[in-house]
Amino acid sequence: MIRVVLPAHLRDLAHVASEFTIDVEGPITPRSIIDALELRYPMLRGTIRDQVTHERRPLVRFFACEEDLSHDPVDNPLPEAVAKGTEPFLIIGSIAGG
Amino acid sequence: MSGVRVLVGTRKGAFILSADGTRKDWKVSGPHFAGWEVYHVKGSAVDPNRLYVSQTSGWFGQLVQRSKDGGQTFEPVGNKFVYEGTPGQHKWYDGTPHPWEFKRVWHLEPSLTDPDTIYAGVEDAAFFKSTDAGVTWQELPGLREHRTGKDWAPGAGGLCLHTILIDPTNHRRMYIAISSAGAFRSDDEGVSWTPINKGLKSQYIPDPDAEVGHCVHRIAMHKSRPNVLFMQKHWDVMRSTNAGDSWEEVSGNLPTDFGFTIDVHAHEPDTIFVVPIKSDSEHFPPEGKLRVYRSRSGGDEWEPLTKGLPQSDCYVNVLRDAMAVDSLDSCGVYFGTTGGQVYGSADGGDSWAPIVRDLPPVLSVEVQTLP
Repeated sequence: MIRVVLPAHLRDLAHVASEFTIDVEGPITPRSIIDALELRYPMLRGTIRDQVTHERRPLVRFFACEEDLSHDPVDNPLPEAVAKGTEPFLIIGSIAGG
Repeated sequence: MSGVRVLVGTRKGAFILSADGTRKDWKVSGPHFAGWEVYHVKGSAVDPNRLYVSQTSGWFGQLVQRSKDGGQTFEPVGNKFVYEGTPGQHKWYDGTPHPWEFKRVWHLEPSLTDPDTIYAGVEDAAFFKSTDAGVTWQELPGLREHRTGKDWAPGAGGLCLHTILIDPTNHRRMYIAISSAGAFRSDDEGVSWTPINKGLKSQYIPDPDAEVGHCVHRIAMHKSRPNVLFMQKHWDVMRSTNAGDSWEEVSGNLPTDFGFTIDVHAHEPDTIFVVPIKSDSEHFPPEGKLRVYRSRSGGDEWEPLTKGLPQSDCYVNVLRDAMAVDSLDSCGVYFGTTGGQVYGSADGGDSWAPIVRDLPPVLSVEVQTLP
């Protein structure tokens, strides 16, 4: 089980708690987690990444284990602590706009 | 007793204002989708309990919400807006080519005959249609691929398709407006489009006969006379009596003919309303007086409507989609401001009162007249 944290607006949209868990198959990467999120919560499609290009939306960031992983390839394995469920994968709305 | 439901889109959510036919005591519901920009909320004329909402965010993109119970509950539906084929380029502000990119839905227009069919006007300007109640969306690319499309440039708010009108006597005829490309008409339900900008004069366009490039802010029609169109352009209030084939200026004695919104009385097709705004560089009412102007003659002769509206120190704007009328016997008129007020008049504009005073900046106002 992978622990996931979503920004407040997306929590409301998906009706999930501030942190929740989700089953992810295969290697634990940003892409596989988002694939699992969009499958389980289809209302999130298009809110984290573009529905066609799958590019991360510009003002969305990916953090884990006190690192900003936003610019890493989305197929890179996430830290083992995320894969083991001891640390969450954080999807963040960037601070912008005052 | 019949009643009205005012659907308000704001910078921070949607609000639903409800009242019975007296329009005196209002119930406020919201914010729905708190924190999100809600560009537009509109109900189906066929099924008033069917509402569609354009919910958008610079962070999280576009959502469309649907209600089947008049706004008591909502469910997200399809939000995949993909241009057909290779989108190509339009002009950027500096005149250089710029790729077409979907940003948001400005306007949702339900079909007049089918609650599951709805049209969407989007930025960058394009025309989409859903026939499954918003679950899936298909672009009708004839508009974006119009031979003039490469010359369209955005207005200050973006290259937005913000107005969609359907001819109630001929559902295949539609009108749209794009800032700042101009107005277009379709006679085949949105498949192909003709620019209808003859007679528009825009000082920022060198060619006085330019086919496109006009910053049309809003178009309105009365259902009984669909060939008569009224337009609030960037500057100038215009009228067409031939379905947009040509336009004449009807600004008349307005204190300024800049503005964003325009609408037509529900029962008097020659009675129109505008809210004059000082200028394109000062988006607030002249002299700090919030005045609706009414013409009972289809333009040219205008009277200020001030009773109940602030007549000093008022520096709000009224945006293009932020005025609507109900169809009760005594026509109600409503508008929202960037200061968060929604004003209503239950007597055709003679007197006004705020329904709410402190909402987030109002982006759009629609009204449903309920049985």
